[in-house]
Amino acid sequence: MTVFNLSKIAVKAMARNKMRTFLTMLGIIIGVTSVITMLAIGQGSKQSIQEQISSMGANMIMVHPGSDVRGGVRMDPSSMKSLTLDDLSAIRRYATHLSALSPMVSSGGQVIAGGSNWPTTIQGVGEDFLMIRKMEVAEGVMFTDYEVKRAAKVCLLGQTVAENLFPDVENVVGQTVRFKNIPLKVIGVLAAKGQNTFGQDQDDVILAPYTTIQKRIMAITHIQSIYASAESEGVSEQAEKEITMALRASHSLADDEEDDFNVRSQQELINTFSSTSEMLTLLLGAIAGISLLVGGIGIMNIMFVSVTERTREIGLRLAVGGRGRDILSQFLMEAVIVSVGGGLFGVLLGLALAYGMGNMLDWPVVVTNHSIVISFVVCAVVGIFFGWYPARKAAGLDPIEALRYE
Amino acid sequence: MENKIIRIANLKRDFSVGIETVHALKGVSFDVLEGEFVTIMGASGSGKSTLLNILGALDRPSGGDYLLDGTNVGTLTKEQLAGIRNRKIGFVFQSFNLLARTSALENVELPLMYNAKVSPRERREMACHALETVGLADRMGHAPNQLSGGQQQRVAIARALVNDPVMVLADEATGNLDSKTTLDIMGLFQKLNSEGKTIVFVTHENEIAEYSNRTIVLKDGEIVKDYTNQGRQAILD
Repeated sequence: MTVFNLSKIAVKAMARNKMRTFLTMLGIIIGVTSVITMLAIGQGSKQSIQEQISSMGANMIMVHPGSDVRGGVRMDPSSMKSLTLDDLSAIRRYATHLSALSPMVSSGGQVIAGGSNWPTTIQGVGEDFLMIRKMEVAEGVMFTDYEVKRAAKVCLLGQTVAENLFPDVENVVGQTVRFKNIPLKVIGVLAAKGQNTFGQDQDDVILAPYTTIQKRIMAITHIQSIYASAESEGVSEQAEKEITMALRASHSLADDEEDDFNVRSQQELINTFSSTSEMLTLLLGAIAGISLLVGGIGIMNIMFVSVTERTREIGLRLAVGGRGRDILSQFLMEAVIVSVGGGLFGVLLGLALAYGMGNMLDWPVVVTNHSIVISFVVCAVVGIFFGWYPARKAAGLDPIEALRYE
Repeated sequence: MENKIIRIANLKRDFSVGIETVHALKGVSFDVLEGEFVTIMGASGSGKSTLLNILGALDRPSGGDYLLDGTNVGTLTKEQLAGIRNRKIGFVFQSFNLLARTSALENVELPLMYNAKVSPRERREMACHALETVGLADRMGHAPNQLSGGQQQRVAIARALVNDPVMVLADEATGNLDSKTTLDIMGLFQKLNSEGKTIVFVTHENEIAEYSNRTIVLKDGEIVKDYTNQGRQAILD
């Protein structure tokens, strides 16, 4: 019997029981729909986290001091004074795969302008910092190397700070703000960046030359962290190694001593946070997969009922010349058509649901091709797997008994 | 010399029931010639159904030979038996066994679906022709529940004829029909027989046997009578 005949027989047999066929399909439809939707949500959240972390900087590498024990007391890494401007020059000398490099010192406190004040963080950075963090100046200009050397009393305001300090002022550039009694001239306003993945307002910040913060505000000589950009994503790992080597040399660490600093790249951050959402995707997918499995068991159940109910039909088919394998193929075909048909509807419904939900709830959803292919293949496998046993039972019937079955 | 469609020699069939062996057929021998209309009679337990199953290639004998159209059916595999049933035998059952919610035409096409050599177009033509032969040319699109009992059995007979078998095997084919319809159906069998079809009709009703031209009577697994019906009743269409 040809495959064409076989499909025809199977489709006709199913058409005789449209309602039951549909209900059986429904199990698979729900299963596939949920797999597609759940994976789309999981993938979406993963991608949005990746995008947000990427937007934090350009192949960014961060260096922070490591924690250490001083006089028996384990110190908080942020209070360590182990990073210095010498380290910065060491990195500048040794690391060849960097496109930008900036130190950072930061201090929190009230910033005051006229009658308004606002609690924020002032970050003392180098000229390259904007490029490293993918920040842009909306109005005015960035300070220059010359102003850094002079420890000029200039600053750039983030959008949030500007709005809160100067709610009614049209031209913020040229105004003066005071931070810890030091007057700073506003030479620019940063373009809005919005919240990052962790809910922090990236616009609630003031940038100033690091020298200004070191000398005039904090009165320190060390730096708190170092930010750098690798030339490209590909050399990020190499750049990280170079920074590590430079710092080890600069800190005169022996071979058996551990690093007293931490070098982390943006890529590592992405991996860390992606792994969380990957777990989420897996979990959602697994739950949806279970519903697909239940749908498959539904197929097997109905196929068993169908085989019993159609015993006489099977007997007749055997009597008029159907062979065991024809019967097996017919029932297997029915199961596969139900599951693959259900899979098809499920994929369409899943796509509609995923994008519909994405639009309505403003969730990021990403439907990957492989999630469609996988759920489709799983459907076919489920159909064959759960259809096999009932089909085997049908094919093994004795024609004489099947014909006499009441 | 006349062509022998069926040659049965010393046919035996034993069944094991627990430790006992039941001899359902204890060495049956007879031939059926091409164009004969034979009824096989017997009370229940006479071995009639067992013989029918073997004649229909649904079952294999425990001993003896069964040659159908020159093929020794006893030596065939299950698959080959299916092939024999598909090409050489046309079944007519007591309870019609039509597929529900399926048109008469498609019911008749069924045996040809299992014959890869028949194209869809040939299949349709052959099924139409078979339905015309049984006088249902105008009912092709009707489902079984839209047909009377007699019409349903005609569809079943058309299905039995569609593959042009060497023998039509009827199992109590009039058992579910009233007496008038029974006459109709027997008339149809006589007509088919007059056109050259070999018919083997298994029944327990004496009256049915009178429409055939030969009767074989079984009792306790053996043939007790095998005679030609001298006063065969002809039914006028």
